Amino acid sequence: MFSFVLRRLLVAIPTLIVITALAFFMMKVAPGGPFDLERPMPDEIRERLLERYGMDQPVWKQYLDYMVNLAQGDLGPSLKFHDKDVAELIGEGFPVSIMIGSLAMLLAVFVGTLLGAIAALRQNKSSDYAVMGFAMIGVSIPPLVMGPILALVLGLYMNLLPTGGLNFNRYGLSVLVLPVITLALPQIAIIARLMRASMIEVIRSNYIRTARAKGLSAPAVMVRHALRSAVLPLVSYLGPASAAVISGSLVIERVFQLPGMGAYFVDAALQRDYTLVMGVVVVYASLIIFLNLLADLLYSVLNPRVKFDS
Amino acid sequence: MTTIVNPKEKQEMLTKAAVRGRSLWDDARTRLMRNKAAVASMFILGVLVVLAIIGQLGIWVHDYDTIYRDRVSIAPTLDNWHILGTDAQGRDLLARTLVGLGVSLMVGVVATIVSLVIGVTWGATAGFVGGRIDQIMMRFVDILYSLPFIFFVIILMVVFGRNIVLIFVAIGAVEWLTMARIVRGQTLALAKMEFVEAAEAAGVSRGKIIQRHIIPNVLGPVVVYVTLMIPVVVLAESFLSFLGLGVQEPLTSLGRLISTGAQDMEVAPWTLIVPAVTMMITLFCLNFIGDGLRDAIDPKDR
Repeated sequence: MFSFVLRRLLVAIPTLIVITALAFFMMKVAPGGPFDLERPMPDEIRERLLERYGMDQPVWKQYLDYMVNLAQGDLGPSLKFHDKDVAELIGEGFPVSIMIGSLAMLLAVFVGTLLGAIAALRQNKSSDYAVMGFAMIGVSIPPLVMGPILALVLGLYMNLLPTGGLNFNRYGLSVLVLPVITLALPQIAIIARLMRASMIEVIRSNYIRTARAKGLSAPAVMVRHALRSAVLPLVSYLGPASAAVISGSLVIERVFQLPGMGAYFVDAALQRDYTLVMGVVVVYASLIIFLNLLADLLYSVLNPRVKFDS
Repeated sequence: MTTIVNPKEKQEMLTKAAVRGRSLWDDARTRLMRNKAAVASMFILGVLVVLAIIGQLGIWVHDYDTIYRDRVSIAPTLDNWHILGTDAQGRDLLARTLVGLGVSLMVGVVATIVSLVIGVTWGATAGFVGGRIDQIMMRFVDILYSLPFIFFVIILMVVFGRNIVLIFVAIGAVEWLTMARIVRGQTLALAKMEFVEAAEAAGVSRGKIIQRHIIPNVLGPVVVYVTLMIPVVVLAESFLSFLGLGVQEPLTSLGRLISTGAQDMEVAPWTLIVPAVTMMITLFCLNFIGDGLRDAIDPKDR
């Protein structure tokens, strides 16, 4: 197992290099720069600025410099927020994004698994249809539709929940409810569908019949025998799910005005804040790679048939 | 003894046989038509497409970019035919929603075609050539899979300006990966099938085998995947437009309308509700049709 993790981490490094290179050179090809203001600044000031940020060098040199700094954990200064480092900015936004994202993932996994299992056990009955109908709604209504509508109905009309901002002092934890639910809904739907399909397949298999035949109680069969192998497809979906939650958070943070990382990213890209864009890309890419690794490990723990060394 | 069959009779027998025989596709069509949700969705989607075309042609009383300065944020009313109201700038919401719907659907179809072309070419080449080239090509797909793509699309949109052709290319270039995998898997599996071997043994040329045996058999999963991909692409476009990176004013798309509607919802909730509901209906229909097609073409997954 140790060598497996090591090997995966070693593969992660070239992947990260490819990602950073792609993002870096794409940004540099872009017309315009961070110092193109509405009112052009004098050439001397401009040159000084470029020199200060090392942007007077050839692009490949800039990339090498960036990578050397990155290897030392330095994400560089922000080009737009002059008094702050990229690391500081990300440090402010990251906890918010992580909190919302992980709550949404937890909610999605629990509710999705539960709903899917219920639907499978009551296949073709009304509760099955209810769950599948709900899943269809979840798949068809994206966060960018669901978010504003929930904010309008639950927040504005019924005045039940706060619709934006992250004011814990005033509203307590209820500020998290709408963003987390909105972000989780599509994933609940997808996980419920996956779970239902795999559970149906599992219940029909021979070893479940054996377990029943030897007189185990129905809950014991379900929890100890069926559930364990039925969740395997879900585990392999966790990687893509976390990527989906991350891109969903870009929308959520805008809809509910949350000071997360995604909110920075779009603005930074529009304003050509190269270092901030790169910083966000690096952090998110590492996060996705890490979560994929975690999902693979979890998969092999749950499924002893998978060997690390094969 | 030999029975002599005259040519006319033989012809008749052949046509009868043709009538009785049911191809895979006939079966699929029958199954699809029995799926009420899918049929209803096809009908509604047809209506939406007609409406979108009307919107594009500008037949409606109002243009999507005409600004009525004295009619800002009017609630749905029959006065002046603003039956769905006007937006915060005084433009007719129905006209804008129809144009937005058209743009969203068009992006959905065109970007899907882009990804279809890339994915099928890539997957089929890898599957046919096989060996080391196959390995390299699919490894490349694996690596791309693990990238946080939405960031690249966002950077792409920022870098090369925000025009609609780029949206097609950007989304299509992102979504072809799964298609390539499906097509490669299918071609690999098919190439080992006995009927392909039989055709080879019978001396059928390679081109003919691809044309007669491989393509029709790969088509099923590809069609299913394509229909399920259109809603995904529509979503991707509205995602970009929502973030302000998609189509630019005064042109619009559903995602863009929803994003401005969300900003104005306290004063003019209809500017949010109308495009949001339109988008919901569209995605519902597309998903139902996709699911129906999947059940029809590949019944074992039901």
